[in-house]
Amino acid sequence: MGFFEGLWLVTWTVIKILLIVVPLLLSVAYLTYAERKVIGAIQVRKGPNRVGFAGLLQPIADVIKLLTKEVLVPTNSNRFLFLIAPILSLAPAFAAWAVIPFSDTKVLADVNAGLLYVLALTSIGVYGVIIAGWASNSKYAFLGAMRSAAQIVSYEIAMGFALVGVLMVSGSLNLGDIVRAQEGSIFHWFWLPLFPLFIVYFISGVAETNRAPFDVAEGESEIVAGFHVDYSGMAFALFFLAEYANMIMIAALAVIMFLGGWLSPIPFIPDGIGWFFVKTGFMLFFFLWFRATFPRYRYDQIMRLGWKVFIPVTILWLTVEAVAILLEIGPWFDVRAA
Amino acid sequence: MGFQVVVFWIFSLVLIGAAVGVITTRNPVQAALWLVLAFFNSAIIWMLMEAEFLAITLVLVYVGAVMVLFLFVVMMLDVNLVPQREGFTRYLPLGGLIAATIVVQMIFLIRMRWFSAENYPAPVPRDADYSNTEELGLAIYTDYLFQFEVAAVILLVAIIAAIALTMRRRPDTKYQTPGEQVKVKKEDRLRVVSMDAEK
Repeated sequence: MGFFEGLWLVTWTVIKILLIVVPLLLSVAYLTYAERKVIGAIQVRKGPNRVGFAGLLQPIADVIKLLTKEVLVPTNSNRFLFLIAPILSLAPAFAAWAVIPFSDTKVLADVNAGLLYVLALTSIGVYGVIIAGWASNSKYAFLGAMRSAAQIVSYEIAMGFALVGVLMVSGSLNLGDIVRAQEGSIFHWFWLPLFPLFIVYFISGVAETNRAPFDVAEGESEIVAGFHVDYSGMAFALFFLAEYANMIMIAALAVIMFLGGWLSPIPFIPDGIGWFFVKTGFMLFFFLWFRATFPRYRYDQIMRLGWKVFIPVTILWLTVEAVAILLEIGPWFDVRAA
Repeated sequence: MGFQVVVFWIFSLVLIGAAVGVITTRNPVQAALWLVLAFFNSAIIWMLMEAEFLAITLVLVYVGAVMVLFLFVVMMLDVNLVPQREGFTRYLPLGGLIAATIVVQMIFLIRMRWFSAENYPAPVPRDADYSNTEELGLAIYTDYLFQFEVAAVILLVAIIAAIALTMRRRPDTKYQTPGEQVKVKKEDRLRVVSMDAEK
């Protein structure tokens, strides 16, 4: 490979990365807008409606506000760790998008171990929270970090087990191949044969992203704002960005693994990238709906749900699935035999 | 010098630096964070060896779970640094002896005939669609099934032992019974009183 070919490869890859990151940032901005509008509608309010037409410029105004605010570093905090924590929580949230297939051909890195890569990167995200809580040198932040660490580690197990179920049916760790294994119609997607795993995966995903009703890591009423209580300005905004990018990530993964990714639900309508976005938006709506509907879980209830309900459910369904694959029960579980 | 060699040198230097950081930092939380960095860099070096399954699993299990629990414990310890430094001169000879033994052993191993670099030619690069996840799975569940099962049983015993060691039921502790909490009806907790409006 010559120098210019190498240079061109790097440039082209950077362009592709920008093509993913810039729309992702815009989606995050407008997800916050959608959240406020949806929760407003559920609570019979109007939501933001002053900046721009129907409040459409509100996210831009928020970004400018956060950018121009001062980033305070508390005294007696560990300055380096305090400032690197938001970056540590944002970087994995974005890097995980490298292996997400948007359509049959549109994927940045088509790697064999794509699913493992996503799992590994989402599990690194917890360091941002832990380091932020510890480096702030504040009791509230520290409690928030402790809660978050315990919660994320617990729910990762249920989530991992749910994904093992997907692996068993599709026979591949490559996210593109997982979608291709669901070809057919809406009834060939994995949500139907793996329904319990789908539910467990999605609820664990809500818990992993520290979203309501599992947001005890922030718990305004008890520990003010949890791990990011001492952050302001852009450093705070990075945590916010990471949380929403992770939400979109969980929704996109649910779509890829259980709702057929870019495949169309009805056989005679063509597949395409549009389906992927529609389905992701549909799953994202659940995040907002949950937040407006459910009261916050108590801490012991969260632990009980993760360890005593979800993990047994997933293990049971994995056993059922293994037997079904062994007996080649169609139309789903004979995929591997083909 | 190829691109891979540059990557190897960068990440191995950071790895060694992080490893030095683990043992020289006074603060135990910072030492644990250095260890996280060391794990991450060794994962990348494994990735260079085309062991992508092991590399990602190292990050997933050690960085994502084990070190989080480690930090969890270390952060809550109240470590006082003064008594730690007290016995430094007293333990120095013993520590030096152990360090020297380890160095001698390592030199011995590396200089041995069967561990020298000539006996280990660079592995042939595989095709892009070669999946070592599948190869590992085949090896573990066919050739080494018995050893794998024995290891699994030993780990299970360890889990049960750890739970048995830490589980203490104190008689005066109050427990919640979630089954009963779920069964509660509105009538058990709430009484609706109808009264006239205040004038």
